[in-house]
Order: sequence, then C-alpha cells, then structure tokens
Amino acid sequence: MKLKDVCKILEAESAWEADWTPSATREVTSCQASDLISDILSFRGPDSLLLTGLTNVQVIRVAELLDFVAICFVRGKRPEPEAVKLAEDKDIPLFATPLLMYEACGRLYAARLPAGTKKEASPIA
Amino acid sequence: MPELEITKIQELIYELRVGDVMHKDVVTVMPSTPVSKLREILRDNRISGTPVVENGRLVGIISVEDFIKWLGEGSPGCAVADRMTRNVIAVCADEPLIQAINKLERLGFGRLPVLKRGTEEVVGILTRGDSIAGLLKKLDVDYRQAETRHARSSHIFEDIVADRSSLIFEYDVAGGSFDRAGASASGLKTSLMRLGINPQTVRRAAIATYEAEMNLMFFTNGGLITAIIESNSIRLEVTDDGPGIENVDQAMRPGFSTAPDWVRELGFGAGMGLHNIKTCADRMRLDSTVGVGTRLAVEIFVGGQT
Repeated sequence: MKLKDVCKILEAESAWEADWTPSATREVTSCQASDLISDILSFRGPDSLLLTGLTNVQVIRVAELLDFVAICFVRGKRPEPEAVKLAEDKDIPLFATPLLMYEACGRLYAARLPAGTKKEASPIA
Repeated sequence: MPELEITKIQELIYELRVGDVMHKDVVTVMPSTPVSKLREILRDNRISGTPVVENGRLVGIISVEDFIKWLGEGSPGCAVADRMTRNVIAVCADEPLIQAINKLERLGFGRLPVLKRGTEEVVGILTRGDSIAGLLKKLDVDYRQAETRHARSSHIFEDIVADRSSLIFEYDVAGGSFDRAGASASGLKTSLMRLGINPQTVRRAAIATYEAEMNLMFFTNGGLITAIIESNSIRLEVTDDGPGIENVDQAMRPGFSTAPDWVRELGFGAGMGLHNIKTCADRMRLDSTVGVGTRLAVEIFVGGQT
C-alpha cells in the first residue's frame, strides 16, 4: 500500500511544514501501533507505519532507529515543533488523523495492511 | 529508495548542458554540395543528417529522409540548397539538456544543430542517442564515486594489517536532557551503516544503545557510551557513576520500573528497557553498585556484511 493511500484511509493530513508529497508513493507494508516507547522499540519497523498518540521528539528518534516509513498521530494530536524539525531532517513524513487509535488501526487492518513481525531482533542462538 | 534515485536523475538532467553531451566534431555540407554526394558523406560518417553551413553560418539542415525523397523523384541533378530544410530549429550549447530533449520529443526530430549563444556558428550536433549516452555516463561516474566511498569504509577491516583491529566510538550522554537524548544511538546507527554492516544488526545495536542512553538520561547525571566495533562483533559499554541499581535481577524483569510519573507521561517507563536490550544482544552483562554506579556490557555478533 502506498503512503498516500494510507493517508486517504485515515483521513490524515500532513504534520510537516515542508512538502511531503515526494514521499507519497513510498510503500507501506505493515503497521505498528502503541503509545509506549518500549513497545515501539520491540517492533521491527522497516517499511512500517507507526500509529501513536505520543508527540514528543523521542518518537521520531525511535522511528529513525527502526526505519519506520512514516508516523501518523491519532486522535487529532499534533507533534511538538522539535519533533517536526527532527522528522523533516531525518525524512520521516508525519501525519495527523482525527480518528481514535482503535478506528485508525481497524481501518488499516480492514484494508489488509498487516501487523509487522517481531522476528528480526531475536538473538543468534 | 526509488524516489531518491528519481530525484537524483532529475537533478542530473537539469545539471547537464547540451554542450556536455553533444558531438563536437560536426560534419557539415555547403549549400552548393550536390545532393548526389550526400550518400557518401552520410554513409562514411555513419550519420543520418547534417547541418548546412555557409561562411560559418547555419543556413539549413539536410537528412537521409530528404535524400530518399530525392532518390524517389529519380535523382534529379540539384544542390543541397534546393532540398534542405531552411527554417532550422537549433539549440544553444549552454541550454539545459532537458530543454533540448523536450524539443527533440516535441518536434519528432532525430537531431538538433547546436549553436554558440548569440551567433549562428555551429559548434556541435545533438542526437537522441547523445542525450541518453551523456546521462548514462554522468550517472555511471556518480555511481562509481558513491561505490568508492562505500568501499573505503566498509572494507576497512580487510585493509588493516593487524592480528586484531577495532574501531572505537564514544558518546557522552548528559543527564536530564530529554530533547537531545537519542543522538548517540542515531550517530552510532549512521556510522555502522557507513561501515556496511547489515541493517538488521545495525538496528539491534541502535535499539540497545537507545535504551541504555535513555536510562542514562532519566536516571543518572550522565554517562559514557563506548562502542567497540570489530570485524565480527559490536560491543557496547555503558557506564555511569550513580545512583546504581538496588536489585539487578528485579530491574531485568519485564514490566518492572521505578520511573516517576513525568517519565511515564512521555511514553517511557514501561519497564521494558533492559529487557529490550537483552532481546537485541547476543551477550549482556549488567553490574551495579548503589552509590557507585552501573556498568552495562552488550555484545552483538556481526553477521554477513552487505
């Protein structure tokens, strides 16, 4: 699913100040949702969308470390200015949806966007 | 990411000028050249058309199509001047290549004479093939430069002659600086990617570093993260001088947390930090003495290099 399709489904608008549209065709292959940083850190993010209600700068850091494609803030929340700045710097598009977390997840799941796996981080035995 | 590559190509097209890719040694004919001579000129130079020049000025263009038409009419005796196209569309050498390509496309022409700006002096000729070849050449040069840069850092361990070698990165972490925290993990991630270590391994090292960094930021007055990179492993050492962990076994238990409310409000303090580090590590050791400090050692084995 393309990033622009995700935005349409979530009725989301950009939370960047810069133009995000060059990233509109980036592929999103899974989704993760949480309001806890430690949870997010246990996800494996490559090509994944992050749904969260956390709006501070550390959410962007975590998305950067895990290679998330983009972040969408739920329930109408807007990211803090430092968060927007860092996200633009690291080229992680940000969106805001008026939907609550449950409905945002539900719509994407119904559109057949699967959950990400946890497999990658398992240590070499 | 494909988007980035497209941007790079677009950038190149805008950067390139007609003069960079055109043929400079242009074969020209004079208006007085007999059309019957055209066959040899086109064949010998392996070209399909040529500008017509008189006294150094462009006066027309004649192509193999004109020649074929002439043949079809029974090869009447005449000069190039009688058969050439007179209103020639040309481009300037300093024009962006993209404009010239658009012109070729729009007009359906196979070639465009190139003039020195402000004059009618022919300095070259641009064909569709030249445009493509020029772009490919430029792309190839850029690609090689990128490859060389990559190779320089990713093969560093093979290039060093020693029984053992390691790279050491140190990151100072300040206590309490929420907005800046995470910069060490970010810096380490970028550096490891540049060393060509595979992305999964890099992510594990980055997550472990990040969790350790946040612990330093929330619970101590600051500390030091040292990353020791060897050809087959990444070792992380995280040290601080207080306050220390009372019960290490308890601290390791998933869900156990001593985080105050303000930390929890920021999305942290779920008691998963040390557990996450353990999940990412191939080996982990945590030593702590209350009032003295804590030392965390993590080892991650480096698999195949990309």
